Amino acid sequence: MPDAFACRALEKRYAQTLALRGVDLSVAPGELMGLLGPNGAGKSTLTKIACGLVRPSAGRASVDGCPAGSAPARAAIGYLAELFRFPGWLRGEELIALHQRLSGSGGGSAEQAELLELVGLAEARSMRVDAMSKGMQQRLGIAQALVGSPRLLLLDEPTSALDPAGRRIVRDLLRELRRREVAVLLNSHLLSEVELVCDRVAILLDGRIVAQGTPAELSRPRGVQVDTADGSRTFPEAGREDVPGIVAGLVEAGERVYGVRLLASTLEDAYLEAVGA
Amino acid sequence: MMDAAVIAGYGLRECLRRRVFLVVLVLTGAFLALYALGTKVAFDEIGRLGAGVAVDDTVLTGSTLLGLAMFTTLFLGAALAAFLTLGAVRGDAENGLLQPLVVRPVGRDALLAGRFAAAALVCGGYVLAVYAASVLITGAAGGWWPDSLISPGAGLALGVVLIAGLSLLGSIFLASTANGIAVFMVFGAGLAAGLLGQIGETLEVDALNTVADVTSWLLPFEALYQAGLADLTSEAGGLTGVIVRLGPFGGAQSGGALLWLWALAYLLLVGIAARAAFARRDL
Repeated sequence: MPDAFACRALEKRYAQTLALRGVDLSVAPGELMGLLGPNGAGKSTLTKIACGLVRPSAGRASVDGCPAGSAPARAAIGYLAELFRFPGWLRGEELIALHQRLSGSGGGSAEQAELLELVGLAEARSMRVDAMSKGMQQRLGIAQALVGSPRLLLLDEPTSALDPAGRRIVRDLLRELRRREVAVLLNSHLLSEVELVCDRVAILLDGRIVAQGTPAELSRPRGVQVDTADGSRTFPEAGREDVPGIVAGLVEAGERVYGVRLLASTLEDAYLEAVGA
Repeated sequence: MMDAAVIAGYGLRECLRRRVFLVVLVLTGAFLALYALGTKVAFDEIGRLGAGVAVDDTVLTGSTLLGLAMFTTLFLGAALAAFLTLGAVRGDAENGLLQPLVVRPVGRDALLAGRFAAAALVCGGYVLAVYAASVLITGAAGGWWPDSLISPGAGLALGVVLIAGLSLLGSIFLASTANGIAVFMVFGAGLAAGLLGQIGETLEVDALNTVADVTSWLLPFEALYQAGLADLTSEAGGLTGVIVRLGPFGGAQSGGALLWLWALAYLLLVGIAARAAFARRDL
């Protein structure tokens, strides 16, 4: 089975600016890939090339084995842009119906109801878009991106306007998509969100991928912390295998041990290190 | 084809929901009421006073008034065409409205064709309806009917469809405001060239005639309008014929079949240029 998304030596030049400088990346079927990077790193450009909105200057990009931007590739994707707007005069279910017609989906009213339910907008199906809050519109945007059961979902900052409850809905939705084997390329500045849901993470900086791996691979051990009666003590060079010895030594020394924690750098630490901040 | 129809239906529904049709209907009703009043008064006055010279005052009054109505109809149709299409590509892309549609399998060609079809249907239909109403009002008020009923209206309709095509092409390159200004300036340039041609013909100045001819080929909507004016009184002769062909709202100038062929080819060329430009545009 081909990768849901793959690109090789991908470059994009806008006049004097090189937005992408030879990006190699692949997203396996059903994989949740987080794309991180500072503003201007090239994340949105990469996403736009994947969905055919922007033409690459060099290199190749494919969706489900088809050239990115081709009709079969477009049929395999769902997309929510960072800066999007839907016509205010449409109702929620009408927007979904419009995208059903445009994508050739035969899901009908059952698909409309399912998608609106999935994003927590079942009660707002008859509400006009211009009467919805920004967060509701963002969830509606995710629902329209899911029309036609795409194999690859491209989400550019999908939780930027959501409150904590809305973010939880989207997190649960992403987990549900993983269960359905829908691949997701998720652009986000919310590192904690990415860490919670993504299988792998790529960090872009100045148009290049500077780090890539699972959140666990990108995080590094930072020692062992032990809670004793005298307070917390940290053993910075220790790892998991050292824990029994450390605890035994403390107990032998007459200390009472209340807890042991393995310390690791967070994705945020890894990110800040990768982008040199 | 079906994809373009979906986009066209979306455009038409937008016009309906955003009350574009309602506003246009109300204002056009006001214009037609004013036109009916003016036409009635003009025919009554001309009949009472008499022209005093060897002209057919009914033909002169009827063709002049209908010429005025055609000029207004062309202007209103052009305004409608411009406002329906001026932000169709770059404007909608800057607002984030276009991207969710373009990434769907329907693609860019269908989107462009659909937007054009919706605008052409609305503007062309509008112009034909207003022209027909103006003819009926003129006929009812003064008993005068154009020598050719169909071709002036069809010419006006094709003219505004051309303007919609040009505006759609402009929307690929220009932001909404800039495109709107450009379309109205092009429209104004066409009308100005027509008036220059009229002056050139009256004063027999070749340079002005050449400017008018070249502009007519570059902007055929003006030539279609002039041909429509000529067709209104194609059978009028003598002094009446000379006066009505000079007309106050642009000179009447018969275009013939070549003009219609060129206008259709022009539309095709605009479509090809728009398709090529949109295909290369990053969104």
